[in-house]
Amino acid sequence: MSIQPTGAKDQVARLLTLVPFLHTRGAVRLEDAATALGVPAEQVLADLNVLLMCGLPGGYPDDLIDVDLDALEEPGGDGVIRVTNADYLARPLRLTPTEATAIIVALRALRGSAGEETREIVDRALGKLEAAAAHGSAVVQIDPGDTPGGPDVVRLEADLRQASEQHRQVRLSYYVPSRDEQSERIVDPRGIVTAHGYTYLDAWCHSAEAPRLFRLDRIAEAVVLDSEIQSEPEPPRDLGKEGFFQGSPESTLATIELDPAARWVVEYYPVQAVRRRRGGRLEVDLVVANERWLQRLLLRLAPHARVLSPPEYAASYTASAREALSVYP
Amino acid sequence: MSSTTGRKSERLLNLLIMLLVQRHYVSKDRIREFLYPDASTEAFEKMFERDKEELRSLGVPIEVGNMDAYFDDEPGYRVRPDRLALPDIALTPDEAAVIGLATRVWQHARLADATTEAVRKLTALGVEVDESALDIAEPRLSADEPSFDVFWEATQERTPVEFDYRRPGAPRTTTRHLQPWGVVRYSGRWYVVGLDTDRGKERVFRLSRVEGEARRTGSPGSYDVPPGTDVRATAVRLAPPPSTGEAVVLVRRDAGVALRSDAVSVEADVSGPDTRTAWDRVRISRGGQGVADELLGYGAAVYVESPAELRAEVVDRLRAVVAGAEVTS
Repeated sequence: MSIQPTGAKDQVARLLTLVPFLHTRGAVRLEDAATALGVPAEQVLADLNVLLMCGLPGGYPDDLIDVDLDALEEPGGDGVIRVTNADYLARPLRLTPTEATAIIVALRALRGSAGEETREIVDRALGKLEAAAAHGSAVVQIDPGDTPGGPDVVRLEADLRQASEQHRQVRLSYYVPSRDEQSERIVDPRGIVTAHGYTYLDAWCHSAEAPRLFRLDRIAEAVVLDSEIQSEPEPPRDLGKEGFFQGSPESTLATIELDPAARWVVEYYPVQAVRRRRGGRLEVDLVVANERWLQRLLLRLAPHARVLSPPEYAASYTASAREALSVYP
Repeated sequence: MSSTTGRKSERLLNLLIMLLVQRHYVSKDRIREFLYPDASTEAFEKMFERDKEELRSLGVPIEVGNMDAYFDDEPGYRVRPDRLALPDIALTPDEAAVIGLATRVWQHARLADATTEAVRKLTALGVEVDESALDIAEPRLSADEPSFDVFWEATQERTPVEFDYRRPGAPRTTTRHLQPWGVVRYSGRWYVVGLDTDRGKERVFRLSRVEGEARRTGSPGSYDVPPGTDVRATAVRLAPPPSTGEAVVLVRRDAGVALRSDAVSVEADVSGPDTRTAWDRVRISRGGQGVADELLGYGAAVYVESPAELRAEVVDRLRAVVAGAEVTS
């Protein structure tokens, strides 16, 4: 159940959907109507109490909409909603521009990640909705494109999401860029999270004996196992609030100076603080859980990033650059 | 829900019904007499204005017209049933199932709610939505950029906007003025396409590079999208071109997993720059921009053979790091 809307406008909107919903179905139980509308049964009852005060402008009792409250409120009632004398409200409202766009864009995204067979079904549904929405609303100029990675990544994400919900272990074959290796491990999945344009599996990793984030596009293979998870079930982290590396006991705070050409780093990696410096440079504080990750990032940015602290990191960066240079004659 | 809300809901719904069931325009006096009998003239005017506004925001098309062809001083109001109601959309069970899946696509609260609301209206038409009927993994669409909502709405309303934008590598933001034509997702990131009115040219902006909120600077409908505009094609055309080229590199045995996994070819056991490990020759195909960055990240595990410019760039950048370290110390 979502948050309960309390305003008169929301109540009218609900009634304008409820009345046609009842009209097309005949007898509907109060609980079923509440589920369909996404509100508690008491809310539907309150809405119906408003409805019976409405009707044709005339003021005669026959003009009012009739709601059989006894069936809903009396001990012997059958709990079925009966609304009569409201034929003029038998059809739902048109979709608002936001509703029409939201559902059409969602379907376009579905289309982009669907296989050929499903694509054909989505196209038919889209055609009908676009025709219905065309009246009065502008052509929808929002294009969600294809999901990066295509149908395989969408399927992978759905499987991992399901494994998280069912508390089942997963065997991952995962590429670790900082160590440049393909690894096999058993994890207890916690959920799927997104940040900085990437999607991750948050899981307890039995190899690392710690929670880890796995980027979906670096998972070469995931097998959902029959075994139950062995760690305590926990919701996935909120990356927006906590950042990537928090909670790791061995992490170090590093301060890096970035030239303008390397400023994109602050968009891609969660940084603790950013200070502006002369010439468009930035000084950023970064929590580093794995020094090899940082060294690799620095090499990629060479020579547009410098370590200001700690000095050991600065020294090992220079050493890796010298070593990399040494293979060239 | 308070009884005040209930009374206001009653009034809104009765107003809608009154305007809907009359074949002709209803005069303001008559509306006042039936629905606002106890209000002073001033209070009536205020309440009536607000009620009309609330109904319109739900999508109720209230039309204003003249009561009488001979006396055009008195306005009347009506709602045409055919403009109010959602037209019939006959959906097959599989189409209804994909529409059910669409409710799970948006990871953006407001658009997720709008999609659910749209599906409820379809359900009220008599469509039975059974999302479990299809075995499709649905993609998740997120839109975390703070400016997303404004660009989305401005695109639909055709309202010009201004925003502070940081180009990659630029030290500071500049204020840009745009007539948005469309919003497009490309490689998992959202872009806005439109006419840059300062430059008089079509432009594409990445939403994650917009700092803070975008601001509306005009009224809805103040421009037209050029007919035949394909926003996706424009975005792809204006985005930096992915020029692909081949590179040949030597990679130490057991290193460069990601390079090998999508290599054009791998030639094992070739003679390398040193004999510390065995070396393999790996031919890769990459977009022009980031390839030097990627190869630099491997440090001494990768040796660039060709092209010569790429090799020179890698060597120069490593030398710059070493030289910079010597200056500092």
